[in-house]
Amino acid sequence: MSNEAPDPSRRRFLTGAATVVGGVGVVFAAVPFLGFLRPNVEARAMGEPVEVDVGRIDPGQRLTFEWKGSPIWVIGRSDEHIESLKSDELRGRLRDPDSERDQQPDYVDPQLRSVSPEVFVVIPICTHLGCIPIFYPEMRAQSFDDDWRGGHFCACHGSMFDMAGRVYRGVPAPTNLEIPPHRFAEDGAKLVIGEDPDDAEEGAA
Amino acid sequence: MNRLNASGLLQWVDDRFPLTSTWRYHMGEYYVAKNTNFWYYFGSLSILVLIIQIVSGLWLTMYYQPSAERAFSSIEFIMRDVDWGWLMRYLHTTGASAFFIVVYLHMFRGLLYGSYKKPRELLWIIGVLIYLVMMTEAFMGYVLPWGQMSYWAAQVIIALAGVVPVVGEELVIWLQGGFIVNEATLGRLFALHVVALPLVLIALVFVHIVALHHVGSTNPDGVDIKKNKDADGKPVDGVPFHPYFTVKDLFGYGVFLTLFVAVIFFAPEFGGYFIERPNFQPADPLQTPEAIHPVWYFTAWYAMLQSIPNEALGVIVMLAGTVVLLFLPWLDRTEVKSIRYRGLGFKIGLAALVISFLILTWVGMQDPEGLPIILGRIFTAIYFGFFVFLWVYTYFGFEKTKPVPERVTS
Repeated sequence: MSNEAPDPSRRRFLTGAATVVGGVGVVFAAVPFLGFLRPNVEARAMGEPVEVDVGRIDPGQRLTFEWKGSPIWVIGRSDEHIESLKSDELRGRLRDPDSERDQQPDYVDPQLRSVSPEVFVVIPICTHLGCIPIFYPEMRAQSFDDDWRGGHFCACHGSMFDMAGRVYRGVPAPTNLEIPPHRFAEDGAKLVIGEDPDDAEEGAA
Repeated sequence: MNRLNASGLLQWVDDRFPLTSTWRYHMGEYYVAKNTNFWYYFGSLSILVLIIQIVSGLWLTMYYQPSAERAFSSIEFIMRDVDWGWLMRYLHTTGASAFFIVVYLHMFRGLLYGSYKKPRELLWIIGVLIYLVMMTEAFMGYVLPWGQMSYWAAQVIIALAGVVPVVGEELVIWLQGGFIVNEATLGRLFALHVVALPLVLIALVFVHIVALHHVGSTNPDGVDIKKNKDADGKPVDGVPFHPYFTVKDLFGYGVFLTLFVAVIFFAPEFGGYFIERPNFQPADPLQTPEAIHPVWYFTAWYAMLQSIPNEALGVIVMLAGTVVLLFLPWLDRTEVKSIRYRGLGFKIGLAALVISFLILTWVGMQDPEGLPIILGRIFTAIYFGFFVFLWVYTYFGFEKTKPVPERVTS
């Protein structure tokens, strides 16, 4: 052992190397602690598709189901609803009338936003801050809108959506309501939420 | 010397632990200006409320069950079937609101007498951090009863993380531990509320006091009492914290506790302001309450969020509302501390700030349409306008201050 002063550059190198190795160790040690917070197996299982009976739904009627732990509304639309959804008068008041933002599967109609025009399937979670809007199917003046064509009004922050879940201009919600993947089975009497139609792959491509 | 008497024991301890010197530094020989007034009660009162929250919270934890199935019913059980359970619960819920009342008044004192100015910038910043941690703690505590408002408040607040670009959606799922707010969310909020954040809060309060005793307390004249000392080196305008301010603060504790228990005994829900009505219904993930708004102490920030039509911008504005406070020591360039010797512009500006905060607090409780939205926008602008005005007013020397006296006035 020598009594000479230690070489400072050697000491700097050792300090640096130890810091890097220790830092990498800290990053790896963080993985289990952060991974622990991810959805557990039970929570992930909630993403499995569900099959529901919608054979007798009436225009203006709403059925509530649960998929992925969030509510799913299945709404019956009348011919007037469908006509109004395509009218320029309503389209002019919407932020994204042709569903250009990615909030729905590729295979739905861009204006009606559903596989079947009469049966509308939507995740009724306001795209602003996750409240559940209130359903107003009637086509008449409401306290929040004088020319209401039917749709959804979020009481939390006043966002408005039409009967196809498309968001109005000038409200806090940035995008249309999300449409879950869905398909019909057994000649339209059964609805499968969480699964694409069999012919969807060609449609999407 | 008799080694068994009290002073012998004290000497024995002092040789091993800085007991006497710590006592002198923080209590017996910590000098505070003799002219401190009413506004100086709220610092020590917030320590009292912190202790009330820790003790009552500890007791509640003995029965509370952090599961989606049992959380709501365990609170009902505490309220109805545990002896004195109602008292522990109301101490904790009323304590949460009381905490914000005393802290808001404490912060107002800081604005009034320039407590954030050199050399107290760090003291002020630690204080703002305490406020941020306190808000997080209060939010998490509010979720635990798993009532309707608990559940939907959690949903709305956690969804705020969704505005983060690219990873927002994934981040929300990770924070929630599922596709929606669920039992995993409740469990992690419980753990943070009862273990992690109280530790952080206590640590921050400790360093807040250490920083305070290092620089000394302000006073309503903004005079540095350490500049004028007598032959013994004691500030002539100061008196020791103990016994003078311990007694003053104990008197304040007495008045505060009288009001505090009056609320607990006669109006624990405080007309729906301290405990909101929808929270008497168990959480239902499929049914939003008609209106969601947070408890009164958050509604000013919530009003800012609601007033901005763009979601991401709204979140940024809301966060900026508190973050801007961190920069206050450098936005206000005037050296005069106390409002007593400051220009008219500062007085009007501070009044506008307080009024806008109060109006925003009201706006945040209303339905987001019509007049509240308009008022929300106007007073959000005035709130931030204060900080811009303050910088312009003081940086370019528009302020006409009065001369600050050499000694404190009585």
